[in-house]
This record gives sequence, C-alpha cells and structure tokens, in this order.
Amino acid sequence: MPLHDVTLDDIESLAVGAWVLGTGGGGSPYLGLLNMRALYKEGHRIQLMPSSELADDDWVAAVSNMGAPLVGQERLTDSRTIARAVELMERHTGHRFRGIMALEIGGGNSLQPLMAAAHLGRPVIDADMMGRAYPEAQMTSVAVADLAPYPLTTVDVRGLESVVDKVPTWKWMERVSRKICTEYGSIASTCKAPRTGAEVKKWGIQGTTTKAIAIGHAVREAQRQHADPIAAILSVEPGKLLYKGKVVDVERRATEGFLRGRTRFDGMDDWRGAALELNFQNEWIVAWLDGKPIAMSPDLICVLDSVSGEAVGTETIRYGQRVTVIALPPPPVFLSPKGLQHVGPRAFGYDIDFKSVFAA
Amino acid sequence: MRRIGIDVGGTNTDAVLIEDGKVVRAVKAPTSEDVTAGILDSLKSLGSTGVLKEAGGKPKRIDGVMIGTTHFINAVVQRRHLTTVGALRLGMPASASLPPFCDWPEDLANLVRGGVWMVEGGHEYDGRPFMPLDEAAVIRAAQEMKAAGLRSVGISAIFSPLDPGHERRAAELVAAVIPDAAITCSSDLGRIGLLERENAGLLNAALADLARDTIAAFEAAIRNSGIAAPLFITQNDGTVAEAAQARRLPVYSFASGATNSMRGAAYLSGLADALVIDVGGTTTDVGQLRQGFPREANSVVQVGGVRTLFRMPDLLSIGLGGGSHVALEPLKVGPVSVGYRLLKDGIAFGGRQLTTTDIAVASGVLALGDRAKVAHLDATTCRKVFAEAARLAEEAIDRMKTEAGDVPLIAVGGGAFLIPGKLAGVSHVIHVEHGDCANAVGAAIAQVSGECDQIFKDLTRAEAIVAAQGIANDRAVAAGAGRASLATIESEDMPLAYLPGNSVRVRVRVVGDVAAGC
Repeated sequence: MPLHDVTLDDIESLAVGAWVLGTGGGGSPYLGLLNMRALYKEGHRIQLMPSSELADDDWVAAVSNMGAPLVGQERLTDSRTIARAVELMERHTGHRFRGIMALEIGGGNSLQPLMAAAHLGRPVIDADMMGRAYPEAQMTSVAVADLAPYPLTTVDVRGLESVVDKVPTWKWMERVSRKICTEYGSIASTCKAPRTGAEVKKWGIQGTTTKAIAIGHAVREAQRQHADPIAAILSVEPGKLLYKGKVVDVERRATEGFLRGRTRFDGMDDWRGAALELNFQNEWIVAWLDGKPIAMSPDLICVLDSVSGEAVGTETIRYGQRVTVIALPPPPVFLSPKGLQHVGPRAFGYDIDFKSVFAA
Repeated sequence: MRRIGIDVGGTNTDAVLIEDGKVVRAVKAPTSEDVTAGILDSLKSLGSTGVLKEAGGKPKRIDGVMIGTTHFINAVVQRRHLTTVGALRLGMPASASLPPFCDWPEDLANLVRGGVWMVEGGHEYDGRPFMPLDEAAVIRAAQEMKAAGLRSVGISAIFSPLDPGHERRAAELVAAVIPDAAITCSSDLGRIGLLERENAGLLNAALADLARDTIAAFEAAIRNSGIAAPLFITQNDGTVAEAAQARRLPVYSFASGATNSMRGAAYLSGLADALVIDVGGTTTDVGQLRQGFPREANSVVQVGGVRTLFRMPDLLSIGLGGGSHVALEPLKVGPVSVGYRLLKDGIAFGGRQLTTTDIAVASGVLALGDRAKVAHLDATTCRKVFAEAARLAEEAIDRMKTEAGDVPLIAVGGGAFLIPGKLAGVSHVIHVEHGDCANAVGAAIAQVSGECDQIFKDLTRAEAIVAAQGIANDRAVAAGAGRASLATIESEDMPLAYLPGNSVRVRVRVVGDVAAGC
C-alpha cells in the first residue's frame, strides 16, 4: 500500500484512539488536535506512509514532546516547534528525513509527527516505538534493540535549541534530556536519534497510526449510533474485556518526577462483588483482581468510560466514574526476555513474572 | 441579620425573607420576559404580606438583597446582548498557532471577536518570567483596539494564576489608552489551563455591557420597591459578590441557581454533608454537599459551546421532574416534560398529557387540579410510576456518590414529591419546610469566598497548604468577608508528575460571612 491522504476526520479519530492507546497516560491529544484543525483550515494536508515503502538507507525522524502536561496546558502546543526539532536534527546530522514518525502513539504525542509533517511537507510514517505510552526513554522498541540512543535535539518555543550528541545508554539519555527539559521550563519538543529505513522496518511497531485511527473511528461511530463503544473497540482490535466497575478510591503520589498510585474499583454486572486494583506510573501498569495479578505491562491496560468509550487518564480518574477495563495485545518486541527487562512488571518495581492476558 | 433572597428561575421567581436564621416568608411570582419586572413583582408581593414593616409601620432594616440569576449564562447560550471584545494574550512566542477564540463555535466567535493581539510576556511554572512583558507592543495593541472602537478587553497570560503581574501591568497600560474600557484579567478567573481560563475571561468581557445594565436595573428594582439595602449577586460556588464585583466578573454568577438550591437545602435541613436532589419541573439535579457547599466539578465545563474551567458545582442532571411525560405501556417517565405548561397540559388540569404530577394527584400525594379527572389511574399504576421515578433517582444518586456507604439525602424543589422515603444507597431521605423555595433561601444565606490554586515548589506539603490558605484568606477579605469569620472549606493537593523539586499544586477555598457594614 503506497502513501495515502489523511483526512481531518481521520485525525479526529486518531485523537480519540491515541488516548485509548495511551493506557492512562501520554497527555490529552486535545491541543494537538486543535493545531491540526487549524493547519487543515489553512490548506495543509498530510500523507501516511507504511514503513514498507522506505528504502533501507532512508532516514526517518522520531519525534515527541517531553515534559509536564500541566506546563503544556499553559504554554499550549505550537505546531511549528516540533518541526524545528526535526530541522535542527537535519542540520546537525546532514541527513534529510524521508518521513516523520511518532515515538509514542499513546496520548498527545501521537499528533506531534502530524504537525511536523504538515510544516515540513513530508509524510508521516505509520509506525511508532512503543505501540502505546510509556514514561521513560528506555521503554521503546529501539532501546530493546540496543540501537544507538543519540543524538537527540530539543527545542523550545522561544528559540532555545540543544543537541545531546552522545550518551552511553538510553538511561543516560533519559537523565540528560530530562535536565534540559527542566531548564526549558519543563516542556520541550524533541527529535530522537534518527533511524534508517532498515531500522524502522525491523524495529518499528508497525501500523500504529492506522490502528489508533481505527479505534477512534469505532468509538466515534458507536457514539453517533448510540451503540456500545467498548464492543466497537473489541470488534476492531483483538482485545479482551477484563472488568466493569465503579471507581471507589484513587491514591496519587509524585515520586522521582512520576505520578504513581493506585485506583480501586467495585465490580458491576458480571463482576459484582469482585474488587479490582490498578497500579499506575503515569500509565496503568498492573491490574489485580481480588489480590491476584490478572494483567500487566507490556499488555495494554485501557480504562474506558463505560458510556462514551473514551479513555480515562491516571491524572483525571475520580471516584464514582463507571469504567470498563480492557486489555489490548502488546507489540511482540516487548515479549522477549530483553523486552520484558525494559517494560515488564519488574521494570516498574513489581516482583511478579509477566503473564499475558493473551497467553493460551 | 435580615436578608431577602431572590432566585430568578426559568419558570418562577422566588423570594424569601430570612430573619435571625429563620424563613419568615416565601413567595413565588412568574418570571417575566423583563427579568427586572419579575424581581420588582416578587419584592412587592413579599412587601404586601407586611413582613417588611415593623409593628409600627416603619420599614424594617434589610441587610442585603441577594439575587441569583441565569441572565448571564442565558445571554451566552442564546447569543444575545453580547459585547465585542479585544483579546490580548501575553505569551508570545508560545502558542501562536492557537490564538484566542480558536476553539469557539463559529457563530459565537463572530459575535464576540473584535480582534486578537498576541505579544511577549507570561511566566513559567516556577515563577520565572517566560518572556519579559513587551510593554510597547501592549500600548500599540491598545491603540489599535481604540481605533477599532473596542471598549471591552480580555487579557490573558501564561501561568497568570501563579503570577498575575504581567496581566495587571498590561491592564494599566490599556486603561491609559482607553480610559473607559472594561478590562477582564484571566487571573481573576482562577485556574491553570490557559485556553480555558482565557475563554472564561473573554466570555466575561463579552458580558461587560449586559452586566453593567443588569446590575443597574436590579438596583433600581430594589430602590423602586422601597427597600434600602445593598445588592449582592450569588455566584456559582454558593457565595455572593458585592454588586460592584459582580458587575466586573459576571461569569462567576453563571450557575448559581443549582448551587443556591443545594445551599438552601443544607440550611433548611441543618445538614452540612449530604446528597441533595433538586427536582424541578423538567429536570432533576443531584449534587453533593461538603461542609455546606456543593462539591465542584474538576473537569472542563462547556458554556454555550466554549470550554471553560469555571468554579461550577458538580451536578448530574436527568430528565425527571413534576412535569415529566408519563407513558404507561411500556412504562416510561421523562425525559420530555410539559415544563411551564403543566397547569394547562396536565390531565388533572384539563389537558391531555399524562405527567408525574397527575400521578401524584391521583394517589393523593398532591392536592392540585381536579382529582376526578385522574380517577381512572389505579393505585397499582401510580405505584409503578413512582417506582420508576425512584429508580431514575437512585441511578443518578449512585453516580454522584463519592463514598461507598449510605448517605443522607435532602429532597428539595417543586417536584420533590417524586422522591420516596426510602432509596437504595441512601440512609434517610429528608424533606424540609420551604424546600420548594430552597434556591431563594440559598441566595439569602450566601457567604463570601476566596480561593487559591497554584503550584508550590520546595516547600513541605504542610507549608504549601498554609501558604495557599493565606492567599485564599486575603482574597476573601478583598471580596468583602470579615476576616474573623473565615473558615477553610476545601483543601486539596496534587503532586505533579514530571516537575522537579517536589512541586505540588494546592487548591484551597475559604468562606466567611459578609463583613458588617457592607
């Protein structure tokens, strides 16, 4: 399948679907969506390109915003900033990028490559490196693959620009880039280490923009027809219904710059009398049903509003909300022993062995 | 203390006189097309009962007339009486791609948007300037606004709830160029979230002329009724603002009707922590009282299609009320209602539409209309309809509860007869005297509040809360509260992900009685 046009309606769906794939984190796609509406109104159009169309020696930019969602709510998102991070990387490396891809398809960062693509006139590559949202730089397919973590460019809307030219590990990249981000005012647009076409084809998580659009489209269509949006998601994704219930307690604390905590639920319908607890570190990490772990990273744990089907985030979930919890299958790259080292339950401090919801 | 509380609703204008903590008299008058005439009528009607005079015929001293009105929100929803606004944002070079009005409904934006100016300024989350304020650009913007004939200006700046300095300085500069301008600073409207706060500021600026005219008309109505008392306008959070403050910040009075009902329910029942169900003619609102005040919504509130972060009560509205249509086969109650046509369209009143009120008349719960006209409705049918109404109420109550145990429920409003004595999830149901005028009672007893919502860095949690409390106290006093009467009614803190230095966002709200001499 060659390049194809992305409609504004696709982008509206992408915003809804990416929030579902955000598994509780990743920030709201709302401001990115507003930017895309404005860009389409000005006449910009973007195209989506499967990574199979890339030549092995093409270069691809991987982009994301990093920082505190709260700062984003004040500074808003300027669509040009992320494009400048890509341009800085082109100047720094001398490569011209064939296309632009997302670092994480979950949450607000799903729309960053679209904004850059609109300004730079390049296609968006239909792949990312997480297949969801994760809190740290080493929690990506390319980090699991031990591809080079550098260089990285960070820019700020005021014109501040920095390049992290070399670091020994992904964890070092996380530490150094986090410091730069903090100095910028706790928000920065970044272009990650450039990837070759061959690397994207081998290590990228394929088709995730299309997947997010399909999920969002299913939810929006169900909303329009007053049908069950959860059933609609499960009809387009091979997911599993885990639980239906009502939030009875939310406990949050900030440690080491992350939002950690747990949410407890009382069961409804088929789960009446069954208690679910979800632990989170920005994103939902482990689900415990009556004290037994039933789902955990890297399986995607998605908490959805039972009525609207839209995702419920760890920052905004509150008592009384009626939710449905589903699991979606993880990208296979995270299921290897190395993958689980990066994003399995122990990477988040839970001393349990990974067992997939989807294991037979 | 002697106060008159007035609630201007869609159907009725209610007025109550409260003396030394007791409801002396409550009256209802139909709401008129001209809101002011309705207020004058209800004041006259209250006066005709003689309660406003001493035994010797001398007029009683009234400490305040507190009015709750939906006038301002209706203007936005109906796109009427709006002022064209110049929008000035201090935050360049950030957010240039999302200018003011960027997510407004087209029709409303076309009415309100008088021009957009974006200049350098604003702050960081930790209080450092984001960019120095470009004063020359602010002055140029003001001159262009003046040339365009704009007289109302909305100013917003990045992180202005933390540091309002740039907004205030810009307001001074604009006022120097356009001396008669009505200026709204977004920092006066609170919360973090630039776009939503700016929207609130622009809506406020769009109400500048209407607020001036309405408040003046209210004051004239009070004067013409022969009452010598200051005017207060009730706000979304169950507190009041002096007339001058309400004229400046009309958006704070957007959702005061529902809040007044809940506050009135707390007052009439003597309960500070309970659920409240306010059953009107068309809709039922369920909310939760915490220390005598409605719990506020934490999320984005849409007003007339515009995203805002107002201080609004967290309410769940369902289509159930005294005028709700009833279908028997299959059984269905609401959400459609005959509304204000109840006394014409209801079967007990000679009309053709079966309503919940007809069921109440048939079963003897209400003595209204002609019971013979509903004699064909047997007891089993009535029981089924009441049970269905109770089921709808139970569902709404369950959604609004924030704790697992059973809680008390106060039932108020003209349709409160639909709420039975026993409901699932409720420890006991309380019906109160004057419950049908709970909204006017809530207006009469309103207090003054102050709020602080900002990020504190490198303080312990306890220190941050104390600092926030001090700021909230000062704001309440500035709004007219007596310092000695201040009490904290809400304190919540949220650690912030990704921000360094143990950043914590603290929101504190305090209330106090209106200071003597107001």
